[in-house]
Amino acid sequence: MNVRLYVWQRATAALMVPLVLIHLAVIFYATRQQMTAADILSRTHGSIAWASYYALFVAAVSIHASIGVRNVLAEWTPLGNRHAGQFAITFGIVLALLGAHAIFALVVA
Amino acid sequence: MPETPAHLSVSLWRGGQEGRYETYAVPRRESQTVLDVVTYVQRHIDPTLSYRFACRVGMCGSCAMTVNGRPRWTCRTHVAKVAGGGRLEIGPLENLPLIKDLATDMAPFFEKWQQAKGVFAPSATRGDAMARIKPDSPARKAANAAIECINCGVCYSACDTVRWNAEYLGPAALNRAWTLVNDERDSGNGARLQAVAASGGCHSCHSHQSCQEHCPLALNPTASIAGLKRRATAAYLKGELKS
Repeated sequence: MNVRLYVWQRATAALMVPLVLIHLAVIFYATRQQMTAADILSRTHGSIAWASYYALFVAAVSIHASIGVRNVLAEWTPLGNRHAGQFAITFGIVLALLGAHAIFALVVA
Repeated sequence: MPETPAHLSVSLWRGGQEGRYETYAVPRRESQTVLDVVTYVQRHIDPTLSYRFACRVGMCGSCAMTVNGRPRWTCRTHVAKVAGGGRLEIGPLENLPLIKDLATDMAPFFEKWQQAKGVFAPSATRGDAMARIKPDSPARKAANAAIECINCGVCYSACDTVRWNAEYLGPAALNRAWTLVNDERDSGNGARLQAVAASGGCHSCHSHQSCQEHCPLALNPTASIAGLKRRATAAYLKGELKS
């Protein structure tokens, strides 16, 4: 871990605090209102606000988690910094693609 | 008051990395330290026992060993405090290469001091007037809180991050760097912050606080490292560091 990775991980963590709270509130609201998947999709389709919110969330998660995974691999496995970094970048890209797919389904499809 | 047994059962690590513990019977004495026990074995039972000590009064930082699973300064550790059931198991410090028996190679420990720029970089010459430092200034207080390190290596031996990450500079080197960061007379902070902000520097610390828990002088290297993290992060965000 160097200062650059440290700043990115802390910044994305700080960003996720409100995003997670909003996400949990949305889940709580949807279940309390007994909304179906169709109800939810009817509100999110075409919404730039929801697309932007979850795009930010996915980006923050992908960066934050991949830095953490890199650290775990570098410290607890025989992988060196270089290979741990390569794996972490791949892991982050996979997370971002999965997130983008979910956002696409929520807002566009 | 429980009766004190006449002899201690003392297991000492013998040999190199592939060695083993050997057990000795050592007479129990009043006010006996763990270093006294080791010295007794060497002088009366086996003169080939290797270990390191110098001052015997907790100043030089030479005699640290692992005593019943915890790193300790042996010259200031009383047997009565640690020998539960009259048994002692004494091994070399962990996280350092073993030379023989209880003596470890401290070279990596001090090399990391150098890497962390733990050397004072003077900003004045002997021809200049003596610097006037206010004892109650925040910087001097921060330096004073960390300055009494005796380089015993106990924190380095106790640190999980050192165990996991070979390039991590460790609590003592970073604690030293923090004292110099707060020394108004020092001129080396640019290179120092660059060094401690690199991979294996202060940002690798997980704040487990084992260093603080085990430090025989009750210093708090975790707090020093937290200070370095703040200072180095601020410098990075201002563009003063290369990442």
